[in-house]
Amino acid sequence: MDLSSLSFFGWVSFLLNEYGGLLLKGAGVTLLLAIVGTFIGCIIGLIIGVIQTIPVDKNDNIIKRVILKILRIIFRIYIEVFRGTPMIVQAMIFYYGSAQMFGIDLSAMLAGFIVVSINTGAYMAESVRGGLISIDKGQTEGAMAIGMTHWQTMSNVVLPQALRNILPQIGNNLIINIKDTSVLNVISVTELFFVTKSAAGIYYRYFEAFFIASAIYLVMTLAASFIIRVWERKLDGPDNYSLAETNDPMADPCGVFPDKKRGAKYGK
Amino acid sequence: MENNIENKKPIIEVKHLGKIFGTNEVLSDIDFNTYPGDVICIIGASGSGKSTLLRCINLLETPTSGNILFNGTDILSDIKNVTKYRAKVGMVFQQFNLFDNMTVIENCMIGMVKVLKKPKDEARKIAMKYLEKVGMDPYINAKPSQLSGGQKQRVAIARALAMEPSVLLFDEPTSALDPQMVGEVLKVMRTLAKEGLTMIIVTHEMAFARDVSTRIVFMDRGVIAEEGTPEEFFNNPKGQRTKEFLSRFRDN
Repeated sequence: MDLSSLSFFGWVSFLLNEYGGLLLKGAGVTLLLAIVGTFIGCIIGLIIGVIQTIPVDKNDNIIKRVILKILRIIFRIYIEVFRGTPMIVQAMIFYYGSAQMFGIDLSAMLAGFIVVSINTGAYMAESVRGGLISIDKGQTEGAMAIGMTHWQTMSNVVLPQALRNILPQIGNNLIINIKDTSVLNVISVTELFFVTKSAAGIYYRYFEAFFIASAIYLVMTLAASFIIRVWERKLDGPDNYSLAETNDPMADPCGVFPDKKRGAKYGK
Repeated sequence: MENNIENKKPIIEVKHLGKIFGTNEVLSDIDFNTYPGDVICIIGASGSGKSTLLRCINLLETPTSGNILFNGTDILSDIKNVTKYRAKVGMVFQQFNLFDNMTVIENCMIGMVKVLKKPKDEARKIAMKYLEKVGMDPYINAKPSQLSGGQKQRVAIARALAMEPSVLLFDEPTSALDPQMVGEVLKVMRTLAKEGLTMIIVTHEMAFARDVSTRIVFMDRGVIAEEGTPEEFFNNPKGQRTKEFLSRFRDN
């Protein structure tokens, strides 16, 4: 085959033929890094957000107050440092620093997971805090008035509502992570950008190769945003409700004739 | 009903209760007892400390001085058991405070399941019983955002009743409602009063207070200015402030 006579689309299909499998593998690594990183980041953010909003009373014992105060300072530093430095720099420092300073030989992939997670965690901590303070104080008081503990109030009443409110923010972070894990190519994580760069370098066809990469990125981000929207709609529940006219469970319209529109399409 | 006060023990005794926000003394030296079957209406002008008093009784606010005794035990010195105490003292709020992430039936069941540790099917039965009582049983699948104010408040009352508390506190339960919805909530409360539920009600509904209460507590600038039966209070008020307050109410 005479490569020099290939058109743009000719090159695209040639590269797809040659490296399609590798590119897909790279995309898989990207997706894995983004999903796991966002998930762990959310958990970090959730824990920090909840601890930051524990009410401190003057009557609480001194140990609890001191511990909370110290934790808050540590969290503040964590958030400001990881939000305030680029992820690409964090990746370099983490990967090379851990080997040089502590003699820990991290695999590039593991370093990638850690960097994405703690970076997302710093952003999510603030999102969760915002989500928690956006919930009306009346919800907490209503829960306290029926005798719930702080933990029960959080897990049953406040957090489910806060999470619903920050779900768009979680989606944002997932999409940002799908794209921004490309910076991990500096520590040679074999994600989509790294694979594309390698493939492009062989034939020196950067435009065509990155055209393919951008299409793959776009498909992944569109899918992510679609899934988040479906999830949001599912959490919101149906717009209307069915009246239960009697106590007979057999007569409950939800019980016998399930609403076909709800649940069936996306499954449980 | 006062004639048998002597041979009953009070459920809640409030003793020399005081509350200071910063430098602002909101409550000072409040003393009053609640006996089983009492329906106490706390009335008074805005800012007189009515709501703060009610919130102190439920410990949503921590009193700065004084004691609150529940069946003889001082709950302020037993702060570890505060959640157990709150489970026995129900509260209905002005802004309903229904849990927005739950349906009507879940709102009524959550306390029984999580706090009282009742099995779900039993909790459901009890919740249905009280939802029927307030006439909200057809709406068990609705979310609070899909209900009117009056409906929300009736669900909130059912939620509080489902915990089967020994005292039920009402913090201006009809103040956030449209006028045509006040009636449905007051009707429910009248039924509860007739059935002998012990209630402490902060309200601006004077006609309701006169008809339903066994005792009226009139608050003025953080102290109890006058206390008595509704007949005494409305027909023959003693204090100057009480007279002024009632005349202003009659003018409206």
